[in-house]
Amino acid sequence: MEEKAKILDKDAISRALTRIAHEIVEKNKGTENLCLVGIRSRGVYLAQRLSFCIKNIEGKNVPTGALDITLYRDDLALASGLPIVRKTEIDFDINDKNLVLVDDVLYTGRTIRAALDALIDFGRPKSIQLAVLVDRGHRELPVRADYAGKNIPTSKDEAVEVRLQETEGIDEVVIMKNNDKTQNPK
Amino acid sequence: MNWIRKDLLGLEELSKEELELILSTAESFKEISSREIKKVPALRGKTVVNLFYEPSTRTRVSFEVAAKRLSADVINIAAETSSVKKGETLIDTGRNIEALKADIIVMRHNCSGAAAMLSRNVNLSVVNAGDGWHEHPTQALLDIFTLKEKLGRIEGLNVSIVGDIAHSRVARSNIWGLTKLGANVTVCAPKMLIPPGIEGMNVVVTNNIDFALKDADAVNVLRMQFERDGQAAFPKQLEYFKEFGITEERLEQAEKDIIVMHPGPINRGIEMSSAVADGAHSVILEQVTNGIAVRMAVLFLVAQANEKIKNENTD
Amino acid sequence: MKILIKGGHVVDPGNKLDEIMDILVEDARISQVAKHIKAEVDKIIEAQEKIVMPGIVDMHVHLREPGREDKETVCSGSRAALAGGITSILAMPNTEPTMDSVEHLKILKEAIQKSAKNNVFICAAITKSRQGEALNDIASLKKFGAIAISDDGASIESDSVMLEALKTAKKEGILVICHSEDKKLSNGGQVNLGFTSTRLGLRGVSSESEYKRIERDIELAEKTGARVHIAHVSCKESVEIIAKAKKKGFEVTCETAPHYFSFSDEEVLGYDTNFKMNPPLRGKEDVLAIRKGLLDGIIDVIASDHAPHTENEKDIEFERAEFGVIGLETELAAATTELLGDCLLNWTQLAEKMALNPSRILGINKGTLSVGADADIIVINPAKEWVVKKERFLSKSRNSAFIGRTLKGFVEYTFYKGKGHKWNS
Repeated sequence: MEEKAKILDKDAISRALTRIAHEIVEKNKGTENLCLVGIRSRGVYLAQRLSFCIKNIEGKNVPTGALDITLYRDDLALASGLPIVRKTEIDFDINDKNLVLVDDVLYTGRTIRAALDALIDFGRPKSIQLAVLVDRGHRELPVRADYAGKNIPTSKDEAVEVRLQETEGIDEVVIMKNNDKTQNPK
Repeated sequence: MNWIRKDLLGLEELSKEELELILSTAESFKEISSREIKKVPALRGKTVVNLFYEPSTRTRVSFEVAAKRLSADVINIAAETSSVKKGETLIDTGRNIEALKADIIVMRHNCSGAAAMLSRNVNLSVVNAGDGWHEHPTQALLDIFTLKEKLGRIEGLNVSIVGDIAHSRVARSNIWGLTKLGANVTVCAPKMLIPPGIEGMNVVVTNNIDFALKDADAVNVLRMQFERDGQAAFPKQLEYFKEFGITEERLEQAEKDIIVMHPGPINRGIEMSSAVADGAHSVILEQVTNGIAVRMAVLFLVAQANEKIKNENTD
Repeated sequence: MKILIKGGHVVDPGNKLDEIMDILVEDARISQVAKHIKAEVDKIIEAQEKIVMPGIVDMHVHLREPGREDKETVCSGSRAALAGGITSILAMPNTEPTMDSVEHLKILKEAIQKSAKNNVFICAAITKSRQGEALNDIASLKKFGAIAISDDGASIESDSVMLEALKTAKKEGILVICHSEDKKLSNGGQVNLGFTSTRLGLRGVSSESEYKRIERDIELAEKTGARVHIAHVSCKESVEIIAKAKKKGFEVTCETAPHYFSFSDEEVLGYDTNFKMNPPLRGKEDVLAIRKGLLDGIIDVIASDHAPHTENEKDIEFERAEFGVIGLETELAAATTELLGDCLLNWTQLAEKMALNPSRILGINKGTLSVGADADIIVINPAKEWVVKKERFLSKSRNSAFIGRTLKGFVEYTFYKGKGHKWNS
C-alpha cells in the first residue's frame, strides 16, 4: 500500500467536525435527550471531539460513550488480524434518547449493522443517527450517514486511512493505493 | 498480541502476554454480565459441549452461563449418562462430538493429561475444565482476575496457597499463572500434602500457616478432601482446622489486609471459619461472578483462533 | 550354500577379534574367520566399512503368545527381532496362561517350533500365575526347556517365598531374573517421582521402590548362593547397590534397556504414553548413572524389555494406558546412537553387552563368531542414519518411544543359522 492523496488535513478535519456538530444540534433542536456513542477505536475520539464542539456551541455536556463491536461482527475470523475485544463503556441510559453513532469511515455498512445490534442490546433509543468523518461509498447494506465530513469516491483496491492525534499522533485522512492485489483493503 | 491457540489446556504452556490477553479480554466481557440484556452474538451458531467425567456443578454451570451469554448453543454430557460407561474411549467420544459439528469441548476429567490427549486427536477446540491433579486453568485465571481487580496488579504480590497442594489442579494452575505474572507464591500444607519437587515451580514451601499469612496480600484456600482412593490423606478434620484453618484471629495477626479466596465449595470449619468465609476479607462470591467473564473470554478466544486456523487450512 | 562376508570390521569379543576380516559361512555354520579368505562361494556380501558382529541376544522380550496374539506372536516378534539384528531372544513368562507348568510351556514350545524365525528361549515363571505365593515345579520346567525363571512384571513380595525360590533355583542350577519392584512403595505410580510427577499431576514411582527391592533380592541371593540377574535397572541408586555387591565378589548381573539410557522423565511431559514404562523413565542424573554403569561394566547387558501393546491400550488416558514399549527393532540403533563414541563404549563393549554377556549369563552357546558356531551374524552400517517410522515396524504393535527419532547405525543383514535377510530402511 502506498499513499495516493491526502484528502483532509488537521484544519479540514476540525472544520468538518465543527460543521457536523452544528448540524447535529440543529437537527435535534438542541442537546436535550442527545447522546453520542463512538465506535472503537477512532470513533470514540471523534465522538469526544464532537461532544466538545457541541459544548462550545450550546454550553451543555452531552453524554458520550464508547462501543466495542467485536462481539457483534459477522466475520469473526475473516478479519486479517484477530480483533481484540475491548470494553464497551456506555454509563448512561440510552432509552428514549436521540443517539448519534460516530465512526471514522463509512464503507460497506457492516460495522454500522453490528453497532446497531449492539446498541439495541443496551436499550431502545428514540432515534439512532449516524455521523462519519468520511463516506467512501461501496455500501453492501442499506445504511446511510446522517452527517458526513466528506464524501470521497474511491475504488475498491484503495483504502481510506483516518489518522488521529490520539492514535497516530497526527490529524489527517489519506487514500492508500493497493499495489499488491492479494491484500484486502479496508 | 494475538491469541493463536485452538485450545486452553493449562497455564504452564502460556506466556505472560497470553495470560494478560485473557485477563484484559475478560475485563471487557465482565461488562456484558452487568447489562440488562446479558448476551452478545459473538458465538452465535457455535456449539459448546460440556463433557464432564466428574461431577461438578459449579464449573459446568459457569461454563454454561458463559457460553450462553456469547449466544452459543450448549450441550451437557455427564459421563454417567453417556456411552462412556459402555467403554467408549475418550478419543472415540471426542470424534463423535466432532462429527456432531460441535465447535468447542469443555472437558472435566479425572485423569491428568486427558485434555491434552483429546486435543491431539480432534480438530475442534478443547478447553480444560480440570484434568486429574494436573491443571484447572480457568479457575486459576478467575482467581488471578479477581486478585488483579482487587489489588490493581499481580506483579510483586505475595500470594499463599493453602491446602492439599499434592492433589490440587487449582494449586498447579495458580502457581504457573501467578509466577509468570510476577507474583511471589508460597504453598502451605502438611508435609504429606506437599508434592516432591514443587520448589521447581518457583514457590516457597512451608508447613506453618502463620508464616504463610505473615506478609501475604492474598491467600487462596483449597478444598480439603479427607478421603482419596480410600486412604486418609490427613488424619483428622479438626486437627487440620487447628493447624491450617483460616480464622479471623490468624488474619488479624498478619501484616496486611489479606484477601481470602476459595475455589468452592467451602468446607466451613475445616479450611476456614464461617466468619472468614462470610467476612470482609472474603471475595469468594466475586470469584464466581468473575468466573463467567473469564470463561467467556476463553471460549471466545479459542473459537476465534480455531476459526482462523480452519480458514487458513481451506485457503 | 556358501556365503562369504568380505572385508568387514569383525567385532567378536568372545574370540577377542576387533579387526578387518572375512567370514565364511557354510550352510548353517561359521566355517572360517580369517583375513582374505579365498574360496569358491555362492554369494559374497561386501562388508567394507561395515561392522560384522554376532547376532544380538536379547534376554528380555515379551512375545505375548499364548494369550495376547493381538499384541504380538512368536512369529511376528521373532521376525521383528531379526530386523533389529537379534538372533536369539528370551521369552518372558507373563503370558496367558502364565508359563508356570510343563503343560503351559508346551503351548509355547509348539508355537516356537511352528513359527519362530530365530532362537526363542523360554523363561518360566517362579510362582503359580506369578502371584508370588506357590512355587512352581522348577525342576520339571527346567527339564522341559526353561533356561531361566522370573515373575517378571511382578516381584515376589514375601521374603520367605523369595528365599525358598532362590534355594530351589540354586539346587536346580537355574538363573533367577528379578523384576525388582516394591509395589507398596511404587503405589500405583505412573511416572518418576519428583518434579515431573508433580508437574504432570501424576502419581510418582520412587527410585526407592526399585533399589530397596534390588537390595533385598541381592541379600537373599547371597544367602542362598543362587545366580540372580536384575532386570531393567533404571536409577542411580540401583547401579550403586549392584556395584557394591559386585565389588564384594558376589556374582550378580544386571541389564538396562535402551530407553533408560536414551530418555529422561522430561520426555513424559506431553503425556505421550509411548514414554510410559515400568520402571519409569528417571531423572537426568539417573540417565547419566546408567550410561556410566554401562561404561564401568556394572551393567552387563542391554536388553529391550520389548513390551508390545495395542493402540487401544496405549491411545488412552495416560493413567489408564499400559506400561511398556516395544524395542526389538530399535535397540541396536539406539545403543549405537547413544552409547558409541569418545568416553563411552566401543564396538567390542557393545557386542559384549548385547551378545556375549547375555549368552554367558543364560548359559547358551550363542553370541560369538567361533568356527563351528551357528552362523548368527549381523552386518551393520555404522554411518547410516534412519528415521524411526511408526508404519515401518514389523512388530504387531507400534508403541515405540523412538518414533520420529533419527538413529545412526543400521542393521543391513541378519544371518540366522546361515540364512541371510537384507533390510532396507
